Amino acid sequence: MWNMPFFVFLFFVGIVLGLSFYLGRRARSAKGFYAAHGTIPWFVNGIAFAGDYLSAASFLGICGLIALYGYDGFLYSIGYLAGWIVALFVIAEPIKRLGRFTFADALDARFNSRGIKLTAAISTLVVSIFYLIPQMVGAGALVKPLLNLPHWSGVLIVGVTVIVIVVTAGMVSTTWVQFIKGSLLVVFCFVLVVMILNRGLKSDPRALGGQVLGIRTGYAAHNIVQSGETLVPPSGGWIGKPYARIRTADGHVLVFRERRWPKVNVPATFPPTEWLPTQTLTIAGSAQAVNGLPEDDTNQLKPIGGLILPNGESNTGPVGPFKYLATLEQSKIVSTGKEVIKEADGSETTVYYPIEERSGSSLLTPGGYFKGLKSEKTTDRLDFISLMIALFCGTASLPHILIRYYTVKDQASARKSTVVGIAAIGFFYILTLYLGLAAMTSGVMDPTDTGGNMAAPLLAKSFNPFLFAVISAIAFTTVLGTVSGLIMAASGAVAHDLMTNFFGIGMDDQQKVRAGKITSIAVGGVAMLLGIVCEQFNVSVLVGWAFAIAASANLPALVMLLFWKGTTKQGIAASVAVGMVSSLAWVLLAPDTYTKVYKVNVIAHPPLVPFSQPGIITIPLAFAVLVAVSFFTRKASEARGFEVVEASAK
Amino acid sequence: MSNLSAPPPGHEDHPDITSHNSRLGLVLFFVYLALYAGFIAVTTFRPNLLAKTPFAGVNLAILYGFGLILAALILAAVYMALCKPGSSGQEK
Repeated sequence: MWNMPFFVFLFFVGIVLGLSFYLGRRARSAKGFYAAHGTIPWFVNGIAFAGDYLSAASFLGICGLIALYGYDGFLYSIGYLAGWIVALFVIAEPIKRLGRFTFADALDARFNSRGIKLTAAISTLVVSIFYLIPQMVGAGALVKPLLNLPHWSGVLIVGVTVIVIVVTAGMVSTTWVQFIKGSLLVVFCFVLVVMILNRGLKSDPRALGGQVLGIRTGYAAHNIVQSGETLVPPSGGWIGKPYARIRTADGHVLVFRERRWPKVNVPATFPPTEWLPTQTLTIAGSAQAVNGLPEDDTNQLKPIGGLILPNGESNTGPVGPFKYLATLEQSKIVSTGKEVIKEADGSETTVYYPIEERSGSSLLTPGGYFKGLKSEKTTDRLDFISLMIALFCGTASLPHILIRYYTVKDQASARKSTVVGIAAIGFFYILTLYLGLAAMTSGVMDPTDTGGNMAAPLLAKSFNPFLFAVISAIAFTTVLGTVSGLIMAASGAVAHDLMTNFFGIGMDDQQKVRAGKITSIAVGGVAMLLGIVCEQFNVSVLVGWAFAIAASANLPALVMLLFWKGTTKQGIAASVAVGMVSSLAWVLLAPDTYTKVYKVNVIAHPPLVPFSQPGIITIPLAFAVLVAVSFFTRKASEARGFEVVEASAK
Repeated sequence: MSNLSAPPPGHEDHPDITSHNSRLGLVLFFVYLALYAGFIAVTTFRPNLLAKTPFAGVNLAILYGFGLILAALILAAVYMALCKPGSSGQEK
């Protein structure tokens, strides 16, 4: 743990935090906080947009998803960026004209309604927590490769650090700090991609992901035992499975997986079958064993992920960006499957075995993660369509993204900043495609990283420890910034919107501050807990869900408020409530959640919803509810208006 | 409470300017929506098209994705160029 990357990491985190505090203190003590913004050049503001927006989800999540599943991770990049178009062209300027800065205030600008205040505050709280979970998961994924600590310790470190910061000082993310973070992230990832293209693509000669031993051939398990080794007979969960366990002279227990013949077209004279080498991780209580011997510095799971170049090539040498993709298109990628075996003594062994090669061309088209895209039925594609809709609508529904838009001196500058921001973000997303594909094919992935969140840091680590440390530091400070902003937004929703405005609990300033701090601790605690529970999720998928909930709760109400005069306050409140509850319920009952959080077998207990992405159902539902409730309540308020006119006419 | 003083002509919030900009915004939004919906439609109904490699050995799926990213940038730049700026009343 006490090595160069760690010190570089501490150094960078220290600088960024120190700068944040120093500039933040200056901005607060000088009352001209908003006046300062008028002097910030639009280019700087634009990069600060990118610094705000590119969170752990973009860097870790998208790279991880691409590394595990191929193209489908890139769908998230496309969707996240497309959402900016909705935000810029439809929402940003009309909201500014309402004279409000947050979504909750904007919804309430016309009506001043308690119902809207309540539902908007709860919606802010729910979306903030959902957005917090992937940041916490990301923190764990950053700390593990850097410090060799378990995932939950990273979550704890971030959670406690942020709570301490928020409760004692409050972190003001000034434009200059976001500018520095944004430019460092883009620049260093660009450097990494240049290194990747320069290294080119290499065939893994062992092609089975870093295994020391090769394939063995033999008709049956006892035929592949070599001298000095003994066969371990099947017991417990091993019975009936296609494995051979062999104890070597030095005490390792190697597991070989039989490559089975297909059920048809079996040749007349059987050649011996191939037995593929695997890695095993056995967990008994708190003890972990790798390949049969206790885990320690010399005995660890080896990284996985390899490539077989076309035409038997072993190395492409440096390639350009298009040639890199074209070569992958023609190659085969070796990936790893896993199976969990319950031993007779109660411990669990996970076997990581190489999967038959996947073709590069199938991985570079959609369908690796959204498996429905490869099926015959169009209805199986609904999960994918649902996601694309949710991402498209989601950016505009997250008001903390747009705040920076309003603190420039005029709208012309704001538009210029946005162009710069979109350019930076779009460029970064193109970089993540290369980072993800490189992580998949360079033999760096951790077999236990189910969500893929560690793919990008592990890739950087394999190229250059210094680069790895710097990128990890920037990503970590980004997580700190996002988490503190979200905790403050959530505690603001509770302390200010709910307690003061809705419940009308009178509090003096000191009590309000105390309520805010207590809420911060509570929200932080909840986020940490959920961050630990959701370790197996890819962070981009989690953010995608946060987007779906925000898009269902906020966007229909916002759009109808801006563009339809028939919107009533009850319609808005109902739309926000229904959108939020339906999308949240959907996510909690989704197949992915069943498998990864509740750890329930989905065949034995089918989930209550058919696919994991709610957007395609819940967003139209919220629109429909708004229109229906507005119709009914408009008649009521019109009638009331009529009575008032009549009464006053008498 | 309504604001009794409307923004002066030439101010960025004046209706002449905002209605032009809003219309421009909506037009560009629908242009992008068409491109985005096209991507969803091709992926849903004609996925085989995405595997074809029309340019430099790179498949259509990736090219379309890059294209959408580029389109977002171009449309944002068009919006910036064609919007009537107006003044913000904050100049000295």
